[in-house]
Amino acid sequence: MTGILAAAAPAISAPHIEYAQLSPLLLVFGLAVAGVLVEAFAPRAARRGIHLVLTLGGLAAAFVLTIVVASSSSLFGHGSPGRIDAVQTVAVDRPTLFIWGTILVLAFLSVLLIAESSHDMSPFVAQAAAVPGSPEEREGLVAGAVHTEVYPLTLFAVGGMLLFPAANDLLTMFVALEVLSLPLYLMCGMARRRRLLSQEAAMKYFLLGAYSSAFFLFGIAMLYGFSGSVRLSVIAAAAASNTGSATLLYAGIALLGLGLLFKIGAAPFQSWKPDVYQGAPTPITALMASCTLIAAFGALLRIFYVAFGQLSWDWRPAMWAVAILTMAVGAIIAVTQTDMKRLLAYSSIAQAGYVLTAVIAASPAGLAASLFYLAAYGVAVIGAFAVVTLVRDQTGEAAHMSRWAGLGRRSPLVAGAFAFFLITFAGIPLTSGFTGKFAVFQAAIAGGALPLVIVGVLSSAILAFPYIRVIVLMFFSDPAPDGPAVVVPSVFTSAAVAVGVLATLVLGVVPQPLLSLANHAANQLFVR
Amino acid sequence: MSTFPWLTVAGAIPLAGAVVVALTPGAPAPGGAAGQRSRDQLVKRVTLASSLTTLAVIIAMALRFSPGGPDFQFSQSVSWIPQFGVRYAVGVDGIALVLIVMTAILMPVVVLASWNDAEGESGPAGEAPPRRSVKTYFALLLVLETMMIGVFAATDVFLFYVFFEAMLVPMYFMIGSYGVGQRQYAAVKFLLYSLLGGLLMLVAVIALYVYSARGGHPGTFAFSSLEHLNLSPVTQRWLFLGFFVAFAIKAPLWPFHTWLPDAATAAQPGAAVLLVGVLDKVGTFGMIRYCLELFPSAAHYFTPLVIALAVIGILYGAIVAIGQADLKRLIAYTSVSHMGLITLGIFAMTSQGQTGATLYMVNHGFATGALFLIAGFMIARRRSQLIADYGGVQKVAPVLAGLFLIAGLAGLALPGLSTFVSEFLVLVGTFTRYELPAVLATVGIILAAIYILWMYQRTMTGPVRDSVASMPDLRARELWAVGPLIALIVVLGVYPKPVLDVINPAVHQTLVQLHSTDPVPPHPATAVAQKGGAR
Repeated sequence: MTGILAAAAPAISAPHIEYAQLSPLLLVFGLAVAGVLVEAFAPRAARRGIHLVLTLGGLAAAFVLTIVVASSSSLFGHGSPGRIDAVQTVAVDRPTLFIWGTILVLAFLSVLLIAESSHDMSPFVAQAAAVPGSPEEREGLVAGAVHTEVYPLTLFAVGGMLLFPAANDLLTMFVALEVLSLPLYLMCGMARRRRLLSQEAAMKYFLLGAYSSAFFLFGIAMLYGFSGSVRLSVIAAAAASNTGSATLLYAGIALLGLGLLFKIGAAPFQSWKPDVYQGAPTPITALMASCTLIAAFGALLRIFYVAFGQLSWDWRPAMWAVAILTMAVGAIIAVTQTDMKRLLAYSSIAQAGYVLTAVIAASPAGLAASLFYLAAYGVAVIGAFAVVTLVRDQTGEAAHMSRWAGLGRRSPLVAGAFAFFLITFAGIPLTSGFTGKFAVFQAAIAGGALPLVIVGVLSSAILAFPYIRVIVLMFFSDPAPDGPAVVVPSVFTSAAVAVGVLATLVLGVVPQPLLSLANHAANQLFVR
Repeated sequence: MSTFPWLTVAGAIPLAGAVVVALTPGAPAPGGAAGQRSRDQLVKRVTLASSLTTLAVIIAMALRFSPGGPDFQFSQSVSWIPQFGVRYAVGVDGIALVLIVMTAILMPVVVLASWNDAEGESGPAGEAPPRRSVKTYFALLLVLETMMIGVFAATDVFLFYVFFEAMLVPMYFMIGSYGVGQRQYAAVKFLLYSLLGGLLMLVAVIALYVYSARGGHPGTFAFSSLEHLNLSPVTQRWLFLGFFVAFAIKAPLWPFHTWLPDAATAAQPGAAVLLVGVLDKVGTFGMIRYCLELFPSAAHYFTPLVIALAVIGILYGAIVAIGQADLKRLIAYTSVSHMGLITLGIFAMTSQGQTGATLYMVNHGFATGALFLIAGFMIARRRSQLIADYGGVQKVAPVLAGLFLIAGLAGLALPGLSTFVSEFLVLVGTFTRYELPAVLATVGIILAAIYILWMYQRTMTGPVRDSVASMPDLRARELWAVGPLIALIVVLGVYPKPVLDVINPAVHQTLVQLHSTDPVPPHPATAVAQKGGAR
């Protein structure tokens, strides 16, 4: 019997996995699984502490591993761009490592916000399954239960984000997309306050996200039909040889692009962003606004530079339209916003549009500029959301803009930090936002996209208006008598704000180290 | 001593002062209100000391400037962001030098004059005195001084842009937080206008860099290399427009001027002096340094348009100024008129015109500064900005009225006062090339006589109003603040040669770059007669 089986099936050799190169990825996933075990077996009182050590320690360790991988000369010596690992499914190349490092640092900062628990500031509901307003919910609140499943969920999401931009074939990319999205859908619905809004956000995000995943998958099918493979390099070769059906190819590009543009929140696929950013617990919003954006841009860059790199004449006009629409929609609608989180959401849409101008350049300079911009923006946006978590009244975060009136006189430090983040989003010199904007616009002009840059600066000028209005409100208006108070944050949130301010200033005044790092990461483009 | 980094040191002193001021412990001070007041006094003294030290350094530097020397002196260049080819490069030619000196002179004057402004002394009556942080105001002033010196000293276009934009932030807070009346509206309008202009300039700056990188060599922002860049005429025109719109908003040139009256009316007198006296000059300075020298052919192409705008600005500003009921607003509109005249002189592209325009920038800074400050002293006494609330002030406060008259006469360019020399040069320089605009601009000077003298008549002469009957005359601090300005107005009116000697080589250099030579005036006598007749 055994003999027959052995004869029938060809011998399957175990795939060769380059554990060392993939160690950051494996560590994060491993710790996520360990976190689930903690959730199952550790006593309730000890869970938070164990999770904190696992999550923060794990992210830090993964960051160190990323540096170790990046500095190993066997990978990057002699001008080699990197290598493709794990049976050609994961590309560990220079842009990947830069993105990994950035995501890990930003995820670390986001976890600092997630971990905030002082002064009833825990942003998460005690029991996600409890119906809003039900006795169970009240019981949980009275018992002072703290939510801890969020830590392994975050690690799973971060793992997915690490894999997403590194995926070298479309199926791996799809799996990564789902791994990063599913925990985010869940976490969006776990806000402690305004639970219905939060659950609505989760529902919207899930439905729209599921649609976009379906489009993405459909696009994969088209491209497989076109090239007979899901591997990016094979698709690129097939596209270059011009053998398959052009219909399948263009339909595939469009559907794939749609799925990715949805994730970065580019217009006209941006409508989920304000609702989700507003409803989700603010630390999760920070995680999405920084890490998810970077991961999605990483994947977008890889697909459009590697798989469709030779077709840039075909996709560029469409991308132009998307970029212009994104910059315009984000900036114009931001002007009318009255909720701080929605304002930051629309601002994030517009910022995604600015990065798209560099993506369109399809050059090493464009890639480097995108990488720098995303890193600089990510740190600042986490800081900004951290400040949002601090301004509170009896009902939780006072997200409505009018409640922020006169904040500058009550808490000059917190308001000053927020104003600084707004100034960097507006792209005023001596902040990281200016350096980033300069880098992307320079890459775009060098790539011949001058009209896009003009739209970009006009959009920046429009977008400056809501920022300035917030500063006016905080500093030039008199405080309302029953206005919100700024709670004294624990060391976690303070650290996130401080890192945000410091990084924004340093990247504005001495940006050269990170710029040359991004340049080094990008000058060989992606490995094929 | 030739390698001593004069400009960097001069720029760093106010910044260090700002840090010291900002680090002074804030409220609540031990000892309550009295303790707070002594702390505020300390802050003010530190501010004054740093601005005086800066002035001393800059005077020492200016004395070492050799007019016949290289184009840019006290140069220093350090790599800043090699990725973009950006260097921290500073250096001054004659034009930049006189503007830096003007800035450094105005600064201690403004500090002295706005000694009590942060406590809301100059606000109109009925407005609750704002409880604002005194030290923040003075820290912002000092930061602004660093940036003003930097913007004139930068010889790297990127560095210039950084100062040009970053300068907006302290001024925005000074208007919005410490201003009076519609300060929020004015601050937002100021920032939005300037940002829009700045962003358009950013496109041009980046494009310039990208073009400089054509042909294989690395891109650069260095002014000295960009000057010799070969650009097609069409490209030049677009880039010129990118820079020019930013400078036209900053200057401000009609029709981009509408932010200035609002901002100057809402700002404290001291802030208004810096706004009109220095920040506006950044616009006209930028026109000479960047619009003309980087894009000479485009500058010639656009000259008719710019001259038309400038002439409209001269007449429009003057006519609107006549109708103003608010003191500060009136002075702001006179500036719109004068900035038009400066622009006219620059784009006449003659040596008299540009020398006169540059000299005018300096003189206008002093004259309008004095006018704003004295008006501010008056407003602080009567708590009103409305002209109609004054009358007969010269009988109760003769010194104040007398100095106001001198500053006002400088505003209408009375011979013997500094502005006359510059205005005359501008008009002569313009007339030799563009007769009609020069004639129209001269009409603007007649209008200047109307708005200045009528303002003086309504506020200072006539029967003493009850509300000003107990108005005290200028205090020692206030005299110390405006005295030097008045002295400079008189001295430069009689003996402008030292300044002209510094300006002339730089203007000559600009004209060489423009391939522009002075036309030989067919009837030099006519130009003089024209001028004399108008007056």
